[in-house]
Amino acid sequence: MTDITKLTLAETLNGLKNKQFSATELTKAYIESMEANRDLNAYVLETPDYALKQAENSDKHYADGTNRDLEGIPLGIKDLFCTKDIRSTACSHILDGFVPQYESTVTSHLFNDGAVCLGKLNMDEFAMGGSNETSFYGPVVNPWQRERRLVPGGSSGGSAAAVAANICVAATGTDTGGSIRQPAAFCGVTGIKPTYGRCSRYGIMAFASSLDQAGPIAKDVRDCAILLKSMAGYDAKDSTSVNKEVPDFVAALGQSVRGLKVGVPAEYRPEGLSNEIASYWDKGIEILRQAGAEIINISLPHTKYALPTYYIIAPAEASSNLARYDGLRYGLRINGDHLDNMYINSRTEGFGKEVKRRIMIGTYVLSAGYYDAYYLKAQKVRRLIQNDFINAFKQCDVILTPTSPTAAFPIGDKSMQENPINMWLNDVFTVSVSLAGLPAMSLPIGLSKDGLPLGLQLIGKVFDEETIFKAANVLEQEAKFERLK
Amino acid sequence: MLLEGKTGKWEIVCGLEIHCQIISKSKIFSSASTHFGSDTNQNVSFVDAGMPGMLPTLNEECVRQAVKTGLGLRAKINKYSEFSRKNYFYADLPQGYQITQFRYPIVGEGVVTIDLDDGSTKDIRIERMHIEQDAGKSIHDMSPVKSFIDLNRAGVGLMEIVTKPDFSAPEEAGAFLKKLRSILRYLGTCDGNMNEGSMRCDVNVSVRPEGSTEYRTRCEMKNVNSVKFVMQAIENEARRHIEVYENGGTIEQETRQFDPVSGQTKVMRKKEFAHDYRYFPEPDLPPLVLSDEFINEIKQNLPELPDAKKARFMETMGLTKYDATIICENKEVAEFFEQAAKVHDGKKVANWLMGDFFAMLNRKNLTIENSPISAENLGKLVELIETNVISGKVAKDVFEIMSETGDNPEKIVEEKGLKQVTDTAAIEAIVDAVIANNPENVAAYRNGKVNLRGWFVGQVLKESKGKANPQIVNELLNKKL
Repeated sequence: MTDITKLTLAETLNGLKNKQFSATELTKAYIESMEANRDLNAYVLETPDYALKQAENSDKHYADGTNRDLEGIPLGIKDLFCTKDIRSTACSHILDGFVPQYESTVTSHLFNDGAVCLGKLNMDEFAMGGSNETSFYGPVVNPWQRERRLVPGGSSGGSAAAVAANICVAATGTDTGGSIRQPAAFCGVTGIKPTYGRCSRYGIMAFASSLDQAGPIAKDVRDCAILLKSMAGYDAKDSTSVNKEVPDFVAALGQSVRGLKVGVPAEYRPEGLSNEIASYWDKGIEILRQAGAEIINISLPHTKYALPTYYIIAPAEASSNLARYDGLRYGLRINGDHLDNMYINSRTEGFGKEVKRRIMIGTYVLSAGYYDAYYLKAQKVRRLIQNDFINAFKQCDVILTPTSPTAAFPIGDKSMQENPINMWLNDVFTVSVSLAGLPAMSLPIGLSKDGLPLGLQLIGKVFDEETIFKAANVLEQEAKFERLK
Repeated sequence: MLLEGKTGKWEIVCGLEIHCQIISKSKIFSSASTHFGSDTNQNVSFVDAGMPGMLPTLNEECVRQAVKTGLGLRAKINKYSEFSRKNYFYADLPQGYQITQFRYPIVGEGVVTIDLDDGSTKDIRIERMHIEQDAGKSIHDMSPVKSFIDLNRAGVGLMEIVTKPDFSAPEEAGAFLKKLRSILRYLGTCDGNMNEGSMRCDVNVSVRPEGSTEYRTRCEMKNVNSVKFVMQAIENEARRHIEVYENGGTIEQETRQFDPVSGQTKVMRKKEFAHDYRYFPEPDLPPLVLSDEFINEIKQNLPELPDAKKARFMETMGLTKYDATIICENKEVAEFFEQAAKVHDGKKVANWLMGDFFAMLNRKNLTIENSPISAENLGKLVELIETNVISGKVAKDVFEIMSETGDNPEKIVEEKGLKQVTDTAAIEAIVDAVIANNPENVAAYRNGKVNLRGWFVGQVLKESKGKANPQIVNELLNKKL
């Protein structure tokens, strides 16, 4: 019976519909799995009682035939999502004990479709990080080669690790500069960041408002399609969400890629790119070519500016978004003899090193006298990067690149700890897409010679997730990547 | 206006920034109520409280009100505007930033014509107007060691109107504030109550020697909360500048606070401690783009504004400039007047309105909205006089009764039997009787004591209980004396 945690979401739904197991049995299996895998530190809060209550309700729906799209599916929820009556902290000390009285739009979509909440998943503090090491609740261990204690990637590290280790059917993630795609690649699972505006940001603690997007991390492409359908949709409470019909992404699966134009950008093959990554990329290209796609060499000339642009815009917005964490109304408060000192004490104690670093950078680039040189310039470059993609998509329908320049690295890696730039370099293939607001998926393509998963990234046109799903499905079929059992 | 200094004459250079609370049911970026006078922290949504993950959504009604106001200021409506964040930490600013408009405001340059006491007018240029959210309130006087925060006001929509430095006398600023308040109330976009804080004024002042065109360093006084205080603040601050300059000193750019008790200003924040607000475009809100249809619809439904109404009352209703200015300052008064003067002589209605009627409201401490005398009834009263049904003297008594009972004057006149006697034969009988009963006075009058004339009129009116038509009385007396 414990085997049911190995099933994909689609398989699990079938099992539930065919009464092979009940939602309660399923949830119990996952609760056992959560307990057995606590050494991974994927969850920062387990909500077994709540989950069982939801599962019981799902069983009633199955019994009377009113089961909804995700009825009884146990999910892990990234701690960045506000969940009503369930502690939500963004894995920051400054939100100690914060229990929202409201539900994020994305999680309310999922729960309204019958999903079950197993608990809150670990992440980099306020989604700032690429290794899950900035969490106040400690690092997450990548379930691949546990004994090596590798990072799961970040910021949605808990989400990717939990999906890979079968301690949830699937998970929510958020992606600002690669926070869904890079951990998905590190943990050998599949994740998609949809087009900016596809999912509502309401109730998701903001890191960088113009970049943040929610998306699913799941065991395979089909599971992502099922989940994204539920998560997406226009929301009047988020003025940046777009009023566009959500297509049936599952319908794109199994469609032929014959004649599909797949762009391969020269700039993503910089000198020094590992041979292993390059050859898996070539393998992906070859799979699509064999399936009838046309491979087009394209150029995204401003790629090299994406990283510095991102690390100006994201911290600028973050420095302002995080101003509300002042110790006054909720979360951690360290008193002081004056209002200013209370702010200083609370924020000094409440924020971790990486968050402080980004608040400092963001404050600096927005300061009088520096704004034009940094923030304004970065916004102009962002436009150039967007134009690169607009031009590229005149020649092709979808773009294929590696997700990350490396596989998972050890927790506490010295070079990254000593120089944060080395950590930020992990985002080199993912940030352009975020700056352009485009949809992109990471899916596993194979294992490194060390036996660690590597991912490829498929980038689509604005609001064209369907083409990504179509191409991803073909790659997945041929790559035959074996998930962790 | 020029101020006399030791070294010569000085000219005041002053500009105003006025924050006007937008009249709207809900706040500018949330659905919480804007109701004034609710218990503390009752009108607060998760957005207003700056809860994690909350996002602003723009209230279209506030945009409509802003466009309306812009049109009322004869200003350019910008079809493209943007919201920005103004970042600073304060306990009553839950998000840690104020959502405002910075580089691209919704309203551009405009003009307001002010009326000065000497009957002249002056155009004050508007630099811009933008919309933004208000902060909450910090309450420091409830406890010696704690401060309390009320977020009812946090997120209420504001319009910030910035003028050019066009004021050269305190009276001009006073006249501007009155005119602005009048326009806003006509439009229904702000109630203009400075004492309730729904209109707040920042005053920028500098001085320069007479005839000079330079701009010297200015000082800003924040939140001066009455027209009188604004005028005081300008004059006293200008005098301070003059004194400093004449003693060889320099004025530093700083923010000052006006003390209503002493009438003086004192320094609040030096320039070097000025905040760096780190403005940047608000990423949670897309740019605000207005369509021509949206603007035109508002334009077409714009009410008649004080200046236009004034001109019309002068042209078509026979009012003097002075009467029209006073009557049109307040929209309710103007509407009351127009209603009362619908079918009657405008000038006479205006006289009653600005005389007995305003005196009655003052005495009873009432506003025109809850006047016991309706506009229709005031009009009827004037009509009764015009058509000789009652005399002006009786009208005063009828007015008194109306102010107590609110009754229709026709009914009062009917019930109390106050109708003027216009029957010549009946009056002639009284005249004859008065002449017959006072032979000495008749003789004295005929011998040249003409000032006895009024006495005869009085006697006849007295005998008729005030109802005899004075014109007929006069005619008969002319004939018989």
